[in-house]
Amino acid sequence: MVGLRDGLGVDHVIYHWVSVGGGQFGFGTYDPKWVQHYISKEYLRVDPVILGSFQRFHPIDWRKLDWSSKAAKDFRADAIAHGVGNQGFTVPIRGPNGQFALFGVSTNIDDAGWDAFTTERQRDLILIAHYLNQKALRLETDRAPETYKPLSPRETDALTFLAVGYSRAQIAEMLSISEHTLRAYIENARLKLGASNTTHAVARAIAEGLLVVGGAARSAPEKWPGQNVDATARDINQ
Amino acid sequence: MLRYIYACDLPLEPLLQDTMFRDRAYQFKERLGWAVNVDENGWESDEYDALNPLYVIWVNPDGTHGGSMRFLPADGPTMVADHFSGLMKDAPISSPHIWECTRFCVGRNSGPRTAPALMLAGGEVMRAFALTDLLGIFDRRMIRIYKSIGASPYVLGQSGEGRDEIKLGLWRFQAKDRTTVLRRAGLSSDISEHWFLRSFGAPIHSRLAA
Repeated sequence: MVGLRDGLGVDHVIYHWVSVGGGQFGFGTYDPKWVQHYISKEYLRVDPVILGSFQRFHPIDWRKLDWSSKAAKDFRADAIAHGVGNQGFTVPIRGPNGQFALFGVSTNIDDAGWDAFTTERQRDLILIAHYLNQKALRLETDRAPETYKPLSPRETDALTFLAVGYSRAQIAEMLSISEHTLRAYIENARLKLGASNTTHAVARAIAEGLLVVGGAARSAPEKWPGQNVDATARDINQ
Repeated sequence: MLRYIYACDLPLEPLLQDTMFRDRAYQFKERLGWAVNVDENGWESDEYDALNPLYVIWVNPDGTHGGSMRFLPADGPTMVADHFSGLMKDAPISSPHIWECTRFCVGRNSGPRTAPALMLAGGEVMRAFALTDLLGIFDRRMIRIYKSIGASPYVLGQSGEGRDEIKLGLWRFQAKDRTTVLRRAGLSSDISEHWFLRSFGAPIHSRLAA
């Protein structure tokens, strides 16, 4: 990884496998103190890189993420203080059976320099990300996640709305279906997940990475993803 | 307007979601007679919609669906790998630089600019994320449409006869295609960049586009 870092000419490279059930696994060039700090502060729950790339598959420039919350700003200041760098670029990877991992690079550089780097190296970074993930999958066969039957869009909707606290009546209205039909969706999802009740089903779906109730679901309906881009760019340029 | 939206964000746009899945039911089941699944809400969806794909949607001024297509990375579970591997003569395609594009759908009241606008969006996605190709499944009637837009795919294989004929094609990213497709779509480069920015939060930085 040190060779990779030096070859790319960045401050850090990091491979990070995240099991939302709680497990994390990774390797990279960050200061071990930062890694320990990240884990003990539970930054996984705050880190806009994780929230913004979870279940997605397009590469992400960190400047595009939502850094507007206080928690995210504090996290960013802490990361910079630990030498992570002011710029970063992350390639999310979706592996088999809902596996989720990220490969990222970070460095200290101005916006123009970072634009030039990411434009030129994006394709290489994507290739490296997938290569490292193949390696990690082979190394960690015992970590292979359990298989599950994929949930239908409606089942996903139903569990997502349950997870964010809506009542069954509200959900049925939002999805324009009867409560009876809603019950059938929830029951189907429960069976697919092998869960013993609805609470268990919601918990499992989140643990397996089937639901997004964090960053994405937080945005109000009338908002556009990325509408805070100006604010974000300002924060990062500070 | 073009929007790029992941499936997990679609419930935030119930009208768009509802009209897209209904238009898909109309196009794929009623008009093309494909063996697709339509639920009691009149929505056509399959297991790939459950994998949080990225949709590109042409949104009509009234907020309804005008046309759309669906992207998944070609190195994960995809429709092509699962159902159409017979269409490929050689090894299955699996590259982190190729995305699969399926369910290309044009709404029943959409004008002739919709298909070119979607093709433009496909090019923008390739340009922004440094993809080499898009891999897609299409039926015979689309060949004429792709040709008229100036974006004909390289055909990798085909199966079936006549009405049931389906083909597997690869669209290679070529920067020069953008000008042609912009013209066919009747859109400016700036507006396309702007729509991309609204969805992804940042402009497309690409020297490939020059």
